[in-house]
Amino acid sequence: MLEIRGLFAAIEDKPILQGIDLTVPQGEVHAIMGPNGSGKSTLAYVLSGREDYAVTAGSATFDGHDLLTMEPEARAATGLFLAFQYPVELPGVGNANFLRTALNAQRRSRGDSELDAVQFLKVARAETKRLAMPEDMLRRNVNVGFSGGEKKRNEVLQMAILRPRLAILDETDSGLDIDALKIVADGVNALRGPDFSALIITHYQRLLDHIVPDHVHVLAGGRIVRSGGPELAHELEAKGYAGMIAEAA
Amino acid sequence: MDAVFDSVSVATTFRQTLKKAGVIFCPISEAVRDHPDLVQQYLGSVVPISDNFFAALNSAVFTDGSFCYVPRGVRCPMELSTYFRINARSTGQFERTLIIADAGSHVSYLEGCTAPMRDENQLHAAVVELIAHEDARIKYSTVQNWYPGDAEGRGGIYNFVTKRGACRGARSKISWTQVETGSAITWKYPSCVLEGDDSVGEFYSVAVTNNHQQADTGTKMMHIGKRTKSTIVSKGISAGKSNNTYRGLVRVLPRASGARNYTQCDSLLIGDACGAHTVPYIESRNPTAKVEHEATTSKIADDQLFYCRQRGLSEEDAVNLIVNGFCKDVLKELPMEFAVEAQKLLAVSLEGSVG
Repeated sequence: MLEIRGLFAAIEDKPILQGIDLTVPQGEVHAIMGPNGSGKSTLAYVLSGREDYAVTAGSATFDGHDLLTMEPEARAATGLFLAFQYPVELPGVGNANFLRTALNAQRRSRGDSELDAVQFLKVARAETKRLAMPEDMLRRNVNVGFSGGEKKRNEVLQMAILRPRLAILDETDSGLDIDALKIVADGVNALRGPDFSALIITHYQRLLDHIVPDHVHVLAGGRIVRSGGPELAHELEAKGYAGMIAEAA
Repeated sequence: MDAVFDSVSVATTFRQTLKKAGVIFCPISEAVRDHPDLVQQYLGSVVPISDNFFAALNSAVFTDGSFCYVPRGVRCPMELSTYFRINARSTGQFERTLIIADAGSHVSYLEGCTAPMRDENQLHAAVVELIAHEDARIKYSTVQNWYPGDAEGRGGIYNFVTKRGACRGARSKISWTQVETGSAITWKYPSCVLEGDDSVGEFYSVAVTNNHQQADTGTKMMHIGKRTKSTIVSKGISAGKSNNTYRGLVRVLPRASGARNYTQCDSLLIGDACGAHTVPYIESRNPTAKVEHEATTSKIADDQLFYCRQRGLSEEDAVNLIVNGFCKDVLKELPMEFAVEAQKLLAVSLEGSVG
């Protein structure tokens, strides 16, 4: 379970998050929607431990772990995964090698045995196939020369292989055509279960047609201004952010 | 395997297998005695004694080193390797290596270097000469891990080495691959003299410097024969307060019609107190020659580190992964077991360079 209490965060002294309260129980998928500049990506980065952000007040725990005091890699090892809005290129680093190193680092940190290359490739190939991705995805260098859509699909492939317990998807749907959108949604839906929760950050309701969330939250001005069921996304689509935020104010 | 401790060759193994194939591989001190004709014909023919100060010093005082002769048409049945170590205090190492690949032969030679920690500086002034005749191929790989001095720059090896290969025959090929992680100061330019028509020279280099190390390394490609080709791939990684320089010369002589060179120099900076420098010289005296030079300088970006750490890698593992990716084009040129060794060495050399 993810619990965020009164979270304030700033970048270069500019306050972005202004008191976030949010609870995501295990097994639930929550969507966070909001206009540009509302703090959606900041929330994702603060939870995953990016250094540029200073937390000025509040707390965030995941299954009792105090996330805010942990190194990013320790957060990953507890099962937190961030699908990046802008996935990063790693020239010369093969995707399979990258993922195996990451998976084994996490397993080591959890006290599990490491996978050898053969064991890993078996898992990786199965996931690649299940997500209908070309197998050469594993051989290519991490995100190098990938199209925007391929980068997002690669994030989903990494998520499928690393099997997180809490996935944060930061606008993973932006720039995707409808087929790629379905692949992303299938990837998330396949992981859904009692031991998996997700925070889906998006501008648009269309991803939520494919991944139906348990709850929807509207973020504006660094605070959650409304929460509701999946129908809230439809309401938002009809009224626009401006209308909804004016109502909430 | 030949081992040279303090310039004295202590063991040459597998000599019998090699002997069957007709390959001579022995300490150069023995070669002087047993194969004087070969030594006299070739020694100093690529690096003359007057070449430079350190080559002159080596030529005057060298006592041992490795000698290899691969006869016509023979593919050397194994990778030959020599391991160098400086044990004695306040001493220099002046070994001499001479490799001759006769027409149509192939040989791959590996060289590894280590030295224990000493407070004072030590000099390593080796000379390596390679000769490739018609259609012969020599692949020469080095993993250099001489003691680099401590974190404050005390002690360490001065690595002033002259390495040069002559592609004497048509279609011959000499390929240098080096991974340079050690030494306080390295000055080293493994070069190819491309005399034979259609001969090929290659230089693949990874140089890592940390703390107060200085590496000034590169190559010279002398295009003399027609349609001679050379490829230079240099990867420099600087961390700490170190300086890392690529210095290279591509010279195309008037007779070398259709000569081709491709050079790629990439520098990676870790931290903000180190330096990377690229000094490429290009001299072309033939209008049909094509010479290309590409260079990049980059830093390990914070977003790359964060991306890796979000996936579960420690900061140090993330740096190693990124550095190994950066060096991949060179590391893949190394023989398999050496490549694994080199990766570990890169990790050790950069220990503590981040955070």
